[in-house]
Amino acid sequence: MTYTDAKAPATGHITAPFDKTQTSFDVHLRGASVEFNGTSLFHDLALDLSASSFTCLLGPSGVGKSTLLRFLAGLVGDAASGTVTCGDGLPLTRRVAYMAQQDLLLPWRSVRENVVLGAVLRGEKPDLSRADHLIAEVGLGKAAHMRPAQLSGGMKQRAALARTLMEDRPVVLMDEPFSALDPLNRMRIQDLAARVLQGKTVLLVTHDPLEALRVGHKVVVLQGTPATVSDAVIPHGTIPRDITDPAILRHQARLLHQLGALSPQSSMTEAPR
Amino acid sequence: MTPSPAQPPRQISRKPLAERKLLKLARPVIIIATLIATWQIIVTLTGAPKYMLPAPYDVWLALIDRHAVLLDHAGYTIAETVIGLFAGALLGALAALPMALFSPIRFWLMPILLVSQAIPFFAIAPLLVLWLGFGMASKIAMAALIIFFPVTVAFFDGLSRTEPGWLDLARTMGTHRWRLLTHIRLPAALPAFASGFRVATAVAPIGAIIGEWVGSSHGLGYLMLQANARVQIDMVFACLLILCAFSITQYFIVDQLLRRLLPWQPDSLARHD
Repeated sequence: MTYTDAKAPATGHITAPFDKTQTSFDVHLRGASVEFNGTSLFHDLALDLSASSFTCLLGPSGVGKSTLLRFLAGLVGDAASGTVTCGDGLPLTRRVAYMAQQDLLLPWRSVRENVVLGAVLRGEKPDLSRADHLIAEVGLGKAAHMRPAQLSGGMKQRAALARTLMEDRPVVLMDEPFSALDPLNRMRIQDLAARVLQGKTVLLVTHDPLEALRVGHKVVVLQGTPATVSDAVIPHGTIPRDITDPAILRHQARLLHQLGALSPQSSMTEAPR
Repeated sequence: MTPSPAQPPRQISRKPLAERKLLKLARPVIIIATLIATWQIIVTLTGAPKYMLPAPYDVWLALIDRHAVLLDHAGYTIAETVIGLFAGALLGALAALPMALFSPIRFWLMPILLVSQAIPFFAIAPLLVLWLGFGMASKIAMAALIIFFPVTVAFFDGLSRTEPGWLDLARTMGTHRWRLLTHIRLPAALPAFASGFRVATAVAPIGAIIGEWVGSSHGLGYLMLQANARVQIDMVFACLLILCAFSITQYFIVDQLLRRLLPWQPDSLARHD
């Protein structure tokens, strides 16, 4: 059973980061190598995430972008290696919030109980009023006591977003978090994410160029064998961007071309202007 | 679950659900009526004597005339089965937990468990009677032994197949092994435990009856042996009917109880779709 999505709160709603004690910082990844099934996907890769901005990592499936993100999240064992340094000199460990393509909501817990999961797992007393505030913020105020099975796909990802915000970490790593949603819901939640994650250092992995251009302050492409990171595309304007803007559409065409999606007969070596 | 005001889909699906429930209740009645009719037809067609195959009416008479004796002995069998069921399930859960948590225990215990399954339970029954006596203890042990394995395997499976995404999420949130167990792995394994418990519910009476056959002075198994020796076949059938009725009732109660306790488990959710 599903519900239609509750209407997102009006844009312009004040969304200052709740806790300002954690200031944002740059994250630099150097010399990253990933092996998968004995073959090296890439090695000696560099990736920079700028403080308080969205970096979108774009690339075809299987290129290793998820692994790269999971490596930053500290979720990859021997398969990956590299050095991660933060702008403030402290380690990245315990300072990231992770959001995956699946909502990863626990089916036996209500939305509210899922949002406070981090505190519960750490044995801390959950801040319920803050949880309720964030649940309302993502537009799930009426669904706070529902179980995930009662929610639509869009609502589940909103709940997952609220759980991510609840963690209040300076760095947020998102692994194709909206790719399973229908286009309309995807656009709404992209706007929401751009708004509520303001001020955080965000890495968003996606295979959708338009999504990357919509919410990324910076878009980098990971592709090839072994994969390399291309120069960053930095579209102008504030996020979320208007995707009907001809400049954005030109960027999209260029990215699609770069990814090899457009006209395979045309020369791939020539980068269109 | 408290019904929340905003639940239109549940209301929509209520009527067909009620109809399906009615059919579900009518189905066993239809099946039983068909079986009794078939039984009567076989008796009529073959002209089997009462001491070979009594007609349903003869068995009904035995049930009525000797209900005091039957109920008295049924009480023992039921008590043995129920106690054995809970003891076996508890032991199974206690064995599965350390196996799922500590791999050395798993490596030592699993082979022992597998070997234990190679022993035919009929062969141990006389030993249990020898060690634990003619009373209820040996039958309870028999029932517990027979269900131990299915419960252990089901629960162990559930515990070792926690959704990897949940574990990743918990790891980025920062958790301790113990809280991970109580808040994620254990609840996630409960539906699997429930399936093992359902199987156990169906087979537990077999254990009690085997125990009673081998050596006892009470119980339906004992009564059946006595009646069989005296060629009171209607009595044997009466015992069998009571045993069937009990097994089915017990299964139904357990099944309903598990559904209520675990409303999020996949198979009970499927019923609402």
